[in-house]
Amino acid sequence: MSILVNKNSKVLVQGFTGKEATFHSEQCIAYGTNIVGGVTPGKGGQIHLGKPVFNTMEEAVQKTGADVSLILVPPAFAADAIMEAVSAGIEVIVCITEGIPVNDVMIAKKLAEKTGAVLIGPNCPGIITSEEAKIGILPGFVFKKGSIGLISKSGTLTYEMANQVVKAGLGISTAVGIGGDPIIGTTFIDLLKLFRDDPETEAVVMIGEIGGDLEIQAAEYIKENFSKPVVAFIAGQTAPKGKRMGHAGAIIAGSKGTAQEKIQALKFAGVAVAENPAVVGKTIKKILEKK
Amino acid sequence: MNIHEYQAKQIFAKYGVPIPKGKMIERFKDARAAALEIGGNIWAVKAQIHAGGRGKGGGVKLAKSLDEVEKYASEILGMTLVTHQTGPAGKVVKKVYIEGGVNIKKEFYLGMVLDRAQEMPVMMASTEGGVEIEKVAAEMPEKIIKVAIDPLIGFRSFHARQLAFGLNLSKPQVKEFTLFASALYNAYKENDANLVEINPLVLTADDRFIALDGKMGFDDNALFRNPEIAAMKDLDEEEPAELEAAKYDLNYVKLDGDVGCMVNGAGLAMSTMDIIKHEGGEPANFLDVGGGASAETVAKGFEIILKDPNVKAIFVNIFGGIVRCDRIANGIIEATKVANVDIPVIVRLDGTNAAEASDILRNANIKNIITAIDFADGARKAVNAVKGVTK
Repeated sequence: MSILVNKNSKVLVQGFTGKEATFHSEQCIAYGTNIVGGVTPGKGGQIHLGKPVFNTMEEAVQKTGADVSLILVPPAFAADAIMEAVSAGIEVIVCITEGIPVNDVMIAKKLAEKTGAVLIGPNCPGIITSEEAKIGILPGFVFKKGSIGLISKSGTLTYEMANQVVKAGLGISTAVGIGGDPIIGTTFIDLLKLFRDDPETEAVVMIGEIGGDLEIQAAEYIKENFSKPVVAFIAGQTAPKGKRMGHAGAIIAGSKGTAQEKIQALKFAGVAVAENPAVVGKTIKKILEKK
Repeated sequence: MNIHEYQAKQIFAKYGVPIPKGKMIERFKDARAAALEIGGNIWAVKAQIHAGGRGKGGGVKLAKSLDEVEKYASEILGMTLVTHQTGPAGKVVKKVYIEGGVNIKKEFYLGMVLDRAQEMPVMMASTEGGVEIEKVAAEMPEKIIKVAIDPLIGFRSFHARQLAFGLNLSKPQVKEFTLFASALYNAYKENDANLVEINPLVLTADDRFIALDGKMGFDDNALFRNPEIAAMKDLDEEEPAELEAAKYDLNYVKLDGDVGCMVNGAGLAMSTMDIIKHEGGEPANFLDVGGGASAETVAKGFEIILKDPNVKAIFVNIFGGIVRCDRIANGIIEATKVANVDIPVIVRLDGTNAAEASDILRNANIKNIITAIDFADGARKAVNAVKGVTK
């Protein structure tokens, strides 16, 4: 087991024939992801990377029976792509695109919620179930199979943390980059619920950052409902107020959304918060050894 | 992206949000003519900078004659205004807004912001106008009335009524307020704003609402479809190095420390600052060269970091996922030559082809390049290098 995706997931790539999409689709296929085709409006009927290209998601889903989509289209068109995937009945939508207007994401997310589709991202590296399926731009080789679930708002920091977990002699069940935008589809809590019910996942590493209060919501959830060990790190302890730190959502507004308040809430919930980003792997190792 | 008060008021006017008559000037010589054009016998002379607290800092003056308008304009233009939001260095005032006086019966607060927890915009109103709203929120939260606006429904009369009755307005005032709030919502939504604030919102002697102040912030991701807003950007309000970085799609934020940081990915970049602090140093900047860092972006990154004279060492922390570390290593060697980097550069490359990268750096035998085995090792070496230099 694992969460959300596995080797049987049938994946469509939206924006399939674009340059970036082609590169990352090749990487996904090489990893073993079952990509069944893609959509590029106007290029329907072509074959790309040995897979069929369709004009619309509706047709693509009908012909392939896909249940997962990977969105690699430019920001101006990405919210439309999410809504098209929702309307076509896709169950798990992974949107990598960075730079989508927040008003568009807000509406796309509301639509996804209406049908129960899982939206991951936007502005995220995607999701990987180790040695089974990778839907996104994550470097597959970092993720060795194991029992740690990983949830992170950031891209390269996800790879860094997975690498630390592997170097500590452990592995990853599923890793999900949830994205660094002010509004994102799937949050820490949504994934904690799935990891709680996944027998393969023994413990969870969650990587948050400044801005918003998703980590605080997660802390409240963990305190009441989550008994597996959790190790957390919150990035941006030294970030100044009112400055956007790369991610659109990584900003301390007034005095809200600081790393300190998130760390405090997580500690209060019994989460082991790594005091610096270099000891996350060691911390989870120590906790599992004690168990 | 933020704009000035006078620009926010231009937008207000376009959407039918009532504002006093006003004019922006950049030379004090134009003050008298501006005031004459506005008319009346009392004017506000207001410094235009992107920071709150202008009044307390001496950047807003009430003039009772044309001579006073000119006098205040000449005093404010060119002054360095220090407020609680500018930092101790303050900001030089280059623009002044002259505005006609308003007959004030009562002051309110009206604002709108994207509420991340509710994932929709929220409009907020308070009877405690003209004071710092953060203070009201902390001390008397019950004095702030909020309504969340579902984007699928839009702003409706009932939203406005909920606020208006909460403010204890009379029946004719409720009607006026509803028109005002609807216009404000349109100004917010149509331009992809993420913040609008009117403090104070004034109820005039003849029971009309008027925006005495105006502040707006916008979603950077939506500027591509709001060219009129994008054109309002005042480059004087931006950090020059941050603008330069943005040209190359790099995210740079200047900080006060002396350890320069170059990192791929925003989360890793923030963590790198954190670990430098943890090791006893102070980061000089946040710099994200992008998840797919290249030799070219690395070279540009060095250039930008080195513009900060405080930087005494640079920590390059790259996790090569899709990008190959050996290519980055070659890029670093090339860049240190091109950009003439003569301070210690601590390099930590991990991920794809990290071992080859390490060999390349070692074989290049460049005196000021120090390799690190991991994240913590790199931070420690960078902090030590700075301490060595400052000794």
